[in-house]
Amino acid sequence: MAYEKRIDGRKFDELRPFEAKVGVVPRAAGSAMFKIGKTIAVAAVHGPRELYPQVFQNPTRGVLRCNYNMLPFSGSGDRVRPGPSRRSKEISLVTEKALLPLLDLSAYAGSVIDVYIELIQTDAGTRCAGICAAAMALADAGIPMKDLVSSVAVGRVGGKIVLDLNKEEEDYEGHATDIATAFATRNGQLTLLQMDGFLTKEELKKALELAKKGCEMIKEVQIKALKEKYKGGNNE
Amino acid sequence: MTTLLVEEKEIVVPGQIIAEGLDYLPGEDVLREGDHLISTKVGMVTLQGRFVKVVALNGPYVPKRGDIVIGKVVGVGLSGWRLDIGWPFEANLSLKEATSDFVEKGTDLSKYFDYGDYILCQIVNVASVKIIDLSIRGPGLRKLGLGRILSLPSPKVPRLIGKQGSMITMVKDATNCKISIGQNGTVWLSGEDPKLEMLAVKALKKIEAESHTSGLTDRMKEFLEREKNGL
Repeated sequence: MAYEKRIDGRKFDELRPFEAKVGVVPRAAGSAMFKIGKTIAVAAVHGPRELYPQVFQNPTRGVLRCNYNMLPFSGSGDRVRPGPSRRSKEISLVTEKALLPLLDLSAYAGSVIDVYIELIQTDAGTRCAGICAAAMALADAGIPMKDLVSSVAVGRVGGKIVLDLNKEEEDYEGHATDIATAFATRNGQLTLLQMDGFLTKEELKKALELAKKGCEMIKEVQIKALKEKYKGGNNE
Repeated sequence: MTTLLVEEKEIVVPGQIIAEGLDYLPGEDVLREGDHLISTKVGMVTLQGRFVKVVALNGPYVPKRGDIVIGKVVGVGLSGWRLDIGWPFEANLSLKEATSDFVEKGTDLSKYFDYGDYILCQIVNVASVKIIDLSIRGPGLRKLGLGRILSLPSPKVPRLIGKQGSMITMVKDATNCKISIGQNGTVWLSGEDPKLEMLAVKALKKIEAESHTSGLTDRMKEFLEREKNGL
């Protein structure tokens, strides 16, 4: 069955409506919210603080520890069971790997920087939303970073390469391929690439180009949200 | 050809290109990548001659030698104290740096400084992230008495103090409070009138929230006068 029109009526290279906000958790060192479609991620950064047990300490640089968690009421509950699981452990790890190349933690030897990512509502693209929120939260916390990270999913649905799949598209009966990507958009460095399904080499190239375009749009909103926090007052 | 891509005092975010070309030099929180100068923090661009630096708007406190900080006693040992100075690791205040009294071996040191006491002290040595030595030998350094403790982000401290202490002197004069500020962002304040003490807290929070804006000293002056008249 040919996929001529997207289920929610978007263009094939169109993102779901998205927004970002920084400073949503006042008690945290840095925090941010990222919402894309019906998926909402909140990230809070705590630390640097001493890392226990001591065997996990790195004497030359700080350790980044991400924790991805879907809240019990977040999803429809039909496929992924929310809460700690093998899946959330994996996503925590890939989030960490997606952010780490851009952070400079050399000043925080022996310490840990905790990033808690909570998904309060989920509808596909949760790890991508989580990474977007976490990158903003780290920048808000004042942790030195070479670049921001923006993340979006691309994939193939019914033979068409599409940007930012929603839940219906992920579950599309004619077989859907889902690729989570994250980019440091200034120099186009890819920091996350996970694929679930099949694609040809050409399709993958096309998908990555599309993802890069999507990430650039997201980055604009991330930058705006970070600057927005300090908008108050006359800054002439 | 060197061009500055942002204006001075503009707020930049990590990864933003501040300047192109080799004429400008990277200062604090700025990175050089090829021809580009890149910001590594959310902050305000400041030029100092050829140096471009970013004054961060938030961030953890990193101890430096010479800093005056306010620490909380979290450990009392046989030869000194362990203090929490807002850094992941505790700092050490040795007996030698704390008092000139003769202290007999085995004395309970909590009679000098006990758990929970706040001390205004100076960092005399940062050997590594885990070895930080403090001293209270210096003018004004002391154990802080009864008062109120506030924690503010350490990058806001210079603005809180102001040029030659102008901002903090203004708050002190207006509220009749004694205020000590540590570079680590811990503030101790004590006043005789509780209402004025609360006003000082309000004023400090306002400075924290608006530290990146210009003309703050004048606005604070107005604010303090207005609030004082309303008491």
